[in-house]
Amino acid sequence: MAAKTLTIDGQMVGAAEDQTILEAARDAGIHIPTLCHLEGVQDVGACRLCLVEVTGINKLLPACVTKVTEGWEVRTSSERLQRYRRMVLELLFAERNHVCAVCVANGHCELQNLAVSLGMDHVRFDYQHPRLDVDLSHRLFGMDHNRCVLCTRCVRTCWYIEGAGTLNVAGRGEKSKIITDLNAPWGDSTTCTSCGKCVMACPTGALFYRGVTVAEMERDRGHLEYIVTAREKKQWIV
Amino acid sequence: MDRLRLATVWLGGCSGCHMSFLDLDEWLLELAARVELVYSPIVDHKVYPDNVDLCLIEGAVANHDNLELVHRIRERTRVLVSFGDCAVSGNVTAMRNPLRKTEPVLKRAYLELADVSPRIPAEPGIVPTLLDRVAAVHEIVPVEYYLPGCPPPAERIRTLLSQLVEGREPRLNGGLIKPG
Ligand code: SF4
Ligand code: SF4
Ligand code: SF4
Ligand code: FES
Repeated sequence: MAAKTLTIDGQMVGAAEDQTILEAARDAGIHIPTLCHLEGVQDVGACRLCLVEVTGINKLLPACVTKVTEGWEVRTSSERLQRYRRMVLELLFAERNHVCAVCVANGHCELQNLAVSLGMDHVRFDYQHPRLDVDLSHRLFGMDHNRCVLCTRCVRTCWYIEGAGTLNVAGRGEKSKIITDLNAPWGDSTTCTSCGKCVMACPTGALFYRGVTVAEMERDRGHLEYIVTAREKKQWIV
Repeated sequence: MDRLRLATVWLGGCSGCHMSFLDLDEWLLELAARVELVYSPIVDHKVYPDNVDLCLIEGAVANHDNLELVHRIRERTRVLVSFGDCAVSGNVTAMRNPLRKTEPVLKRAYLELADVSPRIPAEPGIVPTLLDRVAAVHEIVPVEYYLPGCPPPAERIRTLLSQLVEGREPRLNGGLIKPG
């Protein structure tokens, strides 16, 4: 496969032509913040936290869904990018109801970690405080829409790793929400295999094991990578 | 050098942030040598004074008293710090906001869950009425610095206060801004 050469933050980087900027950066040890990206399932570019600048291109490009191009000069952490990332993060916090102090994911949450690493000490937008439900109809799992950031990691995992197709996105704009089957309670789903992969994939406190309480929701994402590596590369690496 | 005039106030919060403040233990003695505590739930001053240098605000703006006080504080204070998650984001205090009105909350707390003599408290001039929407402090008045945490651990409070008392531009980064 043809190799491409480009620079990321001034560093010369060689990458395979089918690699994304995100993959090339990670191979070169350069960290780009992500939220909707999950190793093992295809990317959709939903969260916009991984936006980067490329010299000569006016718009910002999401690193997780942009393939490398010969000769590109990519910047991953300019002052402008940091400003936009923080804004994206603040909008995510303002959109639904995040109360870390009483959340199952407190201390183990990717959204909360991003707030810390991107220096978000407060939110400048008006909190929307929407009225949202918690679905506790499933025997093993719960879904709290208050904490969902609509990254669709659970949906892609359910479709492409488990192959069940239970989870989906319904509605538009602020009315968007994750549904099970045709918007029936999760516990009534006839397609869900109760595999729990969506719970492992969720970055926030939106999906959790029933019975966990504040700050107890830890997950092992290694399981998902293990399954994908085993399937695609026929390597059973723990 | 004149001692810094420090105030701390307790709005719609659980007092946990003030408990954490008291957790500073013997460092409080060092602090006491550098500041004059001019208003606080832990000292007996009735009126928020003029010319305050620094005020730590615990709690969200949840009722009409909080609202009036927070405006007075802003007028009379040089530097405001949102002290803890309720002040910074509304946090637990704002969990009633999705209901949009105070009535269902009051009914639940004082009628449905009452063991004896269910009655919604209504004492004009004594019991302040709740605002329909709980607000973070900076949604009402401008705030200089933010100290997240529920409660902010004592170490975090000390980091911010020592920077402020020494007149340095405060910097909280890394784990020191983690909410929750
Ligand atoms: S999902 Fe994460 S950011 Fe949201 S309340 Fe829970 S711990 Fe906080
Ligand atoms: S438990 Fe498995 S099958 Fe059920 S919704 Fe989650 S990923 Fe899909
Ligand atoms: S439930 Fe979790 S994984 Fe699914 S969209 Fe919401 S935040 Fe993402
Ligand atoms: S990680 Fe690239 S858009 Fe979400």
